[in-house]
Amino acid sequence: MRNIHSLVLLCLAVSLTSAGCKKEGAANSNEILIGEYASMTGNTSAFGTSSDKGLQLAFEQINAAGGVLGKKIKVILADDRSDANEANTAVQKLINGDGVVAVIGEVASKRSLAGASVCEKYKVPMLSPASTNPAVTVDNGRTKPYVFRICFTDEFQGRINGRFAAEQGWKKIAMLTNVEEDYSKGLGSNFQKTYETGEHHIVANESYRNSDRDFKAQLRKIKDANPDAIYVPGYYTEVKLLLPQARELGLNVPFFGGDGWDSPETLALDAAQGQFYSDHYAAEDPRPEVQEFVNAYQAKYKETPDAMAVLGYDAARVMADAIKRAGKVDREAIRDALSKTKDFPGASGTITIDESHNARKPIVVLQIQDRKAKLFKTYPFE
Amino acid sequence: MDKLVDQLIIGLSVGATYALIALGYTMVYGVLRLINFAHGDVYMVGAVVGYYVAHAMVRAGEPIWLTITAVIAAAVICCAILGFLIEYLAYRPLRNRPRLVALITAIGVSLLLENLFQLNVIFGPTPRSFPPEIRAALGKRFDLLSLGVSLVLMVVLTWVVKRTRTGLALRAVSYRFDTAMLMGVNTNRIISFTFMFGSALAAVAGVLDAIRYDVRPLMGILPGLKAFIAAVLGGIGNIPGALVGGILIGVVETLLKGYLKSEYTGYADAVSFVILILILLVRPSGLLGRPEREKV
Repeated sequence: MRNIHSLVLLCLAVSLTSAGCKKEGAANSNEILIGEYASMTGNTSAFGTSSDKGLQLAFEQINAAGGVLGKKIKVILADDRSDANEANTAVQKLINGDGVVAVIGEVASKRSLAGASVCEKYKVPMLSPASTNPAVTVDNGRTKPYVFRICFTDEFQGRINGRFAAEQGWKKIAMLTNVEEDYSKGLGSNFQKTYETGEHHIVANESYRNSDRDFKAQLRKIKDANPDAIYVPGYYTEVKLLLPQARELGLNVPFFGGDGWDSPETLALDAAQGQFYSDHYAAEDPRPEVQEFVNAYQAKYKETPDAMAVLGYDAARVMADAIKRAGKVDREAIRDALSKTKDFPGASGTITIDESHNARKPIVVLQIQDRKAKLFKTYPFE
Repeated sequence: MDKLVDQLIIGLSVGATYALIALGYTMVYGVLRLINFAHGDVYMVGAVVGYYVAHAMVRAGEPIWLTITAVIAAAVICCAILGFLIEYLAYRPLRNRPRLVALITAIGVSLLLENLFQLNVIFGPTPRSFPPEIRAALGKRFDLLSLGVSLVLMVVLTWVVKRTRTGLALRAVSYRFDTAMLMGVNTNRIISFTFMFGSALAAVAGVLDAIRYDVRPLMGILPGLKAFIAAVLGGIGNIPGALVGGILIGVVETLLKGYLKSEYTGYADAVSFVILILILLVRPSGLLGRPEREKV
């Protein structure tokens, strides 16, 4: 009996040390290990599954074309179940357990912030496909050396949302933000700064929490403020509950929001038809990069890619491009190459990473019509 | 005035489901002096069962009203069985142990159910919605309907407790457990009945909320907590108390969201809990609870 015990212990010890000894990026093999952490399940699983589909497609194409530096790229996926604590653990596991050379993730800003702190600690380059909160790459005015993103920030998106509302001729706006999400609060405050001038007023500024599923009390209050339109910078899980509830209360003014709305579930809602949201790309954009991507994606998955899919795709390709330019599978070299990304022809727009490690990219406003997102207007980077 | 009426209807409808869950807490506490923390998760199981039945029936093209009836019936039956099993497997073997043991077991059962239902083979962690047809068929009447269903169920429960032999036995067990047993009351049967009835009520609440919002494996935590507080507020062990407590919490919470200054609406829950603490400071045994005299 005792012998069996010690045997088990020995096996455990061996497996632990061998895991601990794994070298970064498995330098001697013919593979480059890249970690991906995403919300494959949980509240915002649509974000994780879409960005993963895009990312897998990109690496598949890259590997089919011979890989990078003569090696194939292997993605190790860790599910964070839409939870910031889980994201932290997932990134630790990717770096210390699997020994990945670089990390791609997350969509939600809160979870990217959790992952970024781990990547900073272990000096592993991290590329976020879609997190828009400024704090993901910049902490108190200091740019995080190892963290990058290939999308615009809340600051820019909130500003554009404000300009869009003014251009639509809406004079009175009601806002409904999630007080527990950095993303929602960031968009809200930047929107308010741009929009609230002269004849434009925010007539109601309501809030809710992640656990809320009934928004009727706030919506009923908003109804009395009689706004021209309602700004909801939240995630689709909240939007899909909130829009039908507003309908029930007879609140029939337009609703609009940010890229958190992007999901097939939003598009399919009756109450979402005619509403607007800003996003990273429009599937109907005629640029060849977009159409090639959309066709390849449709061939593989039999569905139209949403913004998270296109950003996952671009993140993977920017990462592969950086490894190629680095010339070796080395974390520091990849980090340097990422920071020098310039005019990369992405499907979601031309990507240049600036000194704050953000991408300078245009933004589109989409309108939901016939259960599809139609391009309404494009705003260039400013 | 219009606004107040609307907010009251919303609050009553939200409070009605809290009350339904609170009844289960209060009944179990009445007979066993046990806070069944797994009760919020029974509510979630009701929603999940309803979800599967609803989708199957809508796909088969059954009429909406038949679907709704079948959904509620299936959820009620499954949850009653689940309630029976939880008591039989987890609490009965510990009946004569210190009360803390059963309480910790209750938390264990709750965690077990929550994690079990996050498995993809059973349900998975992703929120899913009822077929939109059901919500569309109910339309604006939904708030009043959920309130009506809850009220009818409470009348039924009161009738059972006050007018039937089982109810009489239930009251006897809750009054003095040992004496009831000596008088020939089959206490095990009464306790099983209590768990099954309470779970069935939670199942109805689960289906109502699933139609109104969506289904998630962790959806039981917060309503469960609020219903527990509702039961304490009304006077734990007291059936009309659970009703009053549940409705009161729903209404207070909604009115706070509706009338609190804009920036603070996200904190309505916190404010409503503070109000509850204040009420309990003044009346420690709850609004309708009788103060227990200390025996020397």
